[in-house]
Amino acid sequence: MTRRLRLVRAQRLPIVNAMLAFVVLIVILQLWLLTATLNASLGGDDSTVIPAAFGSLACLGLNAGLLWFLFRLES
Amino acid sequence: MMQSQREAGGPQDLDHGTVPPDGRPLADQPKWRQDFPIDVAQDEYVSRRELVKFIVLTSAALTVGQFWIVLKRSFSGQPARLAGERIASVDELSVGGARTFTYPEGSTPRLLVRTGATTFVAYDQQCTHLLCPVVPAVELGRLHCPCHHGWFDLHTGQPLEGPPQRPLPKVLLEVREGIVYATGVEESAT
Repeated sequence: MTRRLRLVRAQRLPIVNAMLAFVVLIVILQLWLLTATLNASLGGDDSTVIPAAFGSLACLGLNAGLLWFLFRLES
Repeated sequence: MMQSQREAGGPQDLDHGTVPPDGRPLADQPKWRQDFPIDVAQDEYVSRRELVKFIVLTSAALTVGQFWIVLKRSFSGQPARLAGERIASVDELSVGGARTFTYPEGSTPRLLVRTGATTFVAYDQQCTHLLCPVVPAVELGRLHCPCHHGWFDLHTGQPLEGPPQRPLPKVLLEVREGIVYATGVEESAT
């Protein structure tokens, strides 16, 4: 039987701060991806549209994973 | 630090107890804090956790936007199907001459340019930078936007110099029996 380590609030705060930094970085990357794709698409270059969409989906998956980890910290 | 708080008689369970900012026990705090204790660590934790949730929601919105571009391109990549419309006769324009027209009716102004004895090109007259009207420079094989010195290729509509990044929307033409007809609009001339 495994015993999970229960973290106190004081220990969770640095973790959530670090998580926040990662999440913000990923969202900035997604924002750049969206503007670059839109610019290319309006310029007639559609070759990047689908790879960029899946890249953005991967970023969302990463963010969702971090959020899941945050919920898991509290359980 | 937690050990010192316990030794000082502070809360035993830091996960559920109130931790004053100075770390001293609640009994040593001013009366207002004893009556309305605020757990600073908990307050910061909750605010950051809520911010993470909001940013993940933003991330989902950006992903939706990205897939919206995919859908938009999938459904609007083809030139618009419009009824053919007479816009000029061949004799109306000399080689190098130009005239404006609207197609379809009520559209933004379009520019028709005669580039050769039997060749014509037509584009949206609005520059794709800041919508100034472009003027033909047939001798250079270009279209010029005088507002910010943008240049487009006369034969393809692609931007060549200056601030414009996107090509001019192209009007598809047909010449039959001495009459120039517009038959469609290609929004993105690649």
